[in-house]
Amino acid sequence: MIPELGRFALVLALILSGLQAVFGIVGAGRSDERWMAAVRPAVAGQFVLVSTAIGALIYAFVTFDFSVFYVASNSNSALPTFYRVAAVWGAHEGSLLLWAWILAAWTLAVAALSRQLPASFASRVMGVLGIVSFGFFLFMLCTSDPFVRVPMDRIPADGRDLNPVLQDPALAIHPPLLYTGYVGFAVAFAFACAAMLEGKLDQVWARWTRPWTTFAWCFLSVGIALGSWWAYYELGWGGYWFWDPVENASFMPWLVGTALIHSLAVTEKRGLFKSWTLLLAILAFSLSLLGTFLVRSGVLVSVHSFAADPSRGMFILGFLVVMIGGALTLYAWRARELKSPAGFEGTSRDAFLLYNNIFLVIAAIVVFIGTLAPLVNDALGMRAISVGPKWFTITFPVIMLPLLALVAIGIHAAWKRGRLADSRNRIVAGCAIALLAGLLVVYGAYGPGKFLSVVGIVCGIWVIVSSLFDPVDRIRRKLSLSRAVIGMTIAHLGLGVGVIAISTVESYTVERDVALGPGESLSMGRYSYRFDSIGPVDGPNYEGVRAQITVLRDGRPVTVLHPEKRNYWVQRQTMTEAGIDSRWNTDLFVALGEDLGAGRWSVRAQLRPLVDYVWLAAAIMALGGALAATDRRYRTRSVASEAAVTAAEAT
Amino acid sequence: MTRFVLPIVVFVALAGVLFLGVRNSTNKGTMPSALLGKPAPNFELPALGKPGETVTLAQFAGKPFVLNVWATWCVACREEHQTLLDIASTKAVTLVGLDYKDKDPEALEWLQQFGNPYDHVAVDAEGRTAIDFGVYGAPETYFIDASGRVLYRHVGEMTPEVWRREFIPRIKGTKR
Amino acid sequence: MNLLRAALLCLAGIALPAFAIDTTVLPNPELQARYENLTHELRCMQCQNNNIADSPAGLATDLRREVAEMLTAGKSDDEVRAYMVQRYGDVILFNPPLNSSTVWVWATPLVALVGGLIVAFVIVRRRGRLVATDDSEVRDDLAP
Repeated sequence: MIPELGRFALVLALILSGLQAVFGIVGAGRSDERWMAAVRPAVAGQFVLVSTAIGALIYAFVTFDFSVFYVASNSNSALPTFYRVAAVWGAHEGSLLLWAWILAAWTLAVAALSRQLPASFASRVMGVLGIVSFGFFLFMLCTSDPFVRVPMDRIPADGRDLNPVLQDPALAIHPPLLYTGYVGFAVAFAFACAAMLEGKLDQVWARWTRPWTTFAWCFLSVGIALGSWWAYYELGWGGYWFWDPVENASFMPWLVGTALIHSLAVTEKRGLFKSWTLLLAILAFSLSLLGTFLVRSGVLVSVHSFAADPSRGMFILGFLVVMIGGALTLYAWRARELKSPAGFEGTSRDAFLLYNNIFLVIAAIVVFIGTLAPLVNDALGMRAISVGPKWFTITFPVIMLPLLALVAIGIHAAWKRGRLADSRNRIVAGCAIALLAGLLVVYGAYGPGKFLSVVGIVCGIWVIVSSLFDPVDRIRRKLSLSRAVIGMTIAHLGLGVGVIAISTVESYTVERDVALGPGESLSMGRYSYRFDSIGPVDGPNYEGVRAQITVLRDGRPVTVLHPEKRNYWVQRQTMTEAGIDSRWNTDLFVALGEDLGAGRWSVRAQLRPLVDYVWLAAAIMALGGALAATDRRYRTRSVASEAAVTAAEAT
Repeated sequence: MTRFVLPIVVFVALAGVLFLGVRNSTNKGTMPSALLGKPAPNFELPALGKPGETVTLAQFAGKPFVLNVWATWCVACREEHQTLLDIASTKAVTLVGLDYKDKDPEALEWLQQFGNPYDHVAVDAEGRTAIDFGVYGAPETYFIDASGRVLYRHVGEMTPEVWRREFIPRIKGTKR
Repeated sequence: MNLLRAALLCLAGIALPAFAIDTTVLPNPELQARYENLTHELRCMQCQNNNIADSPAGLATDLRREVAEMLTAGKSDDEVRAYMVQRYGDVILFNPPLNSSTVWVWATPLVALVGGLIVAFVIVRRRGRLVATDDSEVRDDLAP
């Protein structure tokens, strides 16, 4: 009963989203007050219906309803409740439902927080979001119905269990956060389409679009970081980024999204880069959709891929063609009308943000090429090739490091005229401090490392120091600091921290794969790992072994690690749980390999300096973004306060 | 002006590539053999169950043959076994088995229990010959023509459709 | 049975995050370094997301053995790569070699970089000329 209710709710949601789209776009086009007034109720109704659908699926999981094929494939009677809920998005169909629900939630937020915007514009935004929702509901109902029942005579006594890889807290929240980011870019896309439909794009539009886009970017940053952190401690190989196609699929929208939030800043401040901002908004969402496509269509081989199905691939491709083709056609038609008479110098803030965006887009292109090259070669009948991590680790820093230097310098530049000469002392001082600190790190703390890493550390420090000059100066002069400035500063600090952390961990990680028996030790620098013992361990749906490994520093024990190897009975998969101790400056990592007989085990031991700061950096950036996005000028609630802010900015 | 049309042009090109990608995606992960059109690698391996005898590439010179990579630990090999027995009964072509990283007693027992479709069985205990052929894993089936060139490789379970669609035309082709 | 499980799981395309720990030690550190380098460069054809150093597949174990034997026998890195490519094609190399099929992969970032620089130059020059006629004032100099 309940699953059928869920499917019925999806059908109704499909209809409602279609109405939302029609009322929104056609209503605005005809300036029909009644149609436009019907949009928000449609949004609210759609949200209630999708919530019902996902509620029905959650219910099916929590009550062990194995007559539903999706539940039987992804759950088990021994699965703890928490994971029964997370299992809802553990595979393709359910994750699509999550996507659709998050889209409905964003749309509801837009509906609630857009009353101060002109009716035709807001209607168009919600209308475009309605088209996206419609597409997803259609996709689900046609190819990926999560409520399909198992034939009555073949209902299994027990389910096939959730993939053990997913039975982890971080991975339970990683998809929702990641999707919130992906889907958030649909809002930016909708704002862009609405502007093109209106035939008008100005600084006020940019001010409306910025907070939505920035929040989406924040969620995406945290979502990606969570995935990386999970891979590190759960997969057992101690890596945090493999340039896997699906990782890249989330990274590309992030790069373009970063360019977008900066381009929006220029459009709001100076009325410039209008067509660029439009294009970036379309591109960011396109890459989100492309990511969805890549994971589910079977065109790429990846650890992350959902079970591949070409018919699903074709559907998403069709959806992509309609949405993106439509948006780009609008762009070709409307963008040429967006001209601006403003000027700026080559060393102005505007110029530096232009360089910033160019570099970020090139970085996205590089990742794009690397990810899709095997597919392209295959599709065009050329020789099959592989593009592995090393290609990315060479090309990506080559583009990002000059960008970091530009950030460190450009942050002092004023709008329009730059006046960098005024900041010459700050720039030189920043660079000098960075070089000195970099040399200290390299020759004092860690020792010589890869050249690119040293450059990275210096650039990271430079960005941090440069970001602090202006705020510190303003505080000293007792001037006010808007949230926007505080947020920007914090976000750039996060960037610097992230770059330093990544450069350090890439260059100074120590990794040893060895065979150890009880009592034997492995030494790495000042640390040594002593294999004490190993014994059996039992869990709710697994059994395995657990080792005790004592870590000593300069001969004195500092911690004990407990890596495990677990066999999950139902899916018959073996998982590695690494033993990790996070110290303030390094992670001590150990993972079990294979039983080599005679009590000896193969073991991977690592020292990972500063690796935790990689993820901390993402959190800092997200915090900065969130602060900036809640600056007072974005928080207009009424038409009156909106008009006041517009008037204040116009003078 | 063109810069506004450029994005959609690029997008259409990309969509075309992705379309081709989806269409070809049913055989993802199984790339065509690197040896296609090239001479099959030489091998000289012990014959299963016949101590002192060997199976070599040279003994098939001038004759086309099908090489099937199998093992007793390979579940899909068990699935395709009936198809192989059917193929063997048609006597269309010489069928050579490559017993991949297996154990002789178990292999002999397996063939006795389930039937032996092979005219010859070569034992590749360490998998070195398989590597020379570019084998990813069992089961795989190769067609080598009379001049010793690898003409086709099928990765995965052999089915009557694959045999009919890919192997029979090629076998007929070499007989001409 | 480990072989079977790994092969099945890889070929079935289920997300198998398993990995292997390779504890091979070669006679001298220089050979060891070359071995580790090569085994990280070669792709496992069975578990295609792993290199042969990290892959649990049986094929990976066999290929690692080949690499170790070839290096110990005095072959060069290029000879090892050529050996693998001859049998498995260019796909087995995670770093795409430079040839007619891959030149576009390496060229595109370069072209993009040059294109970006040209775009930046053109825009900055045009906007620079407009500064004289631009009478807009910007209030807070460094706020975003």
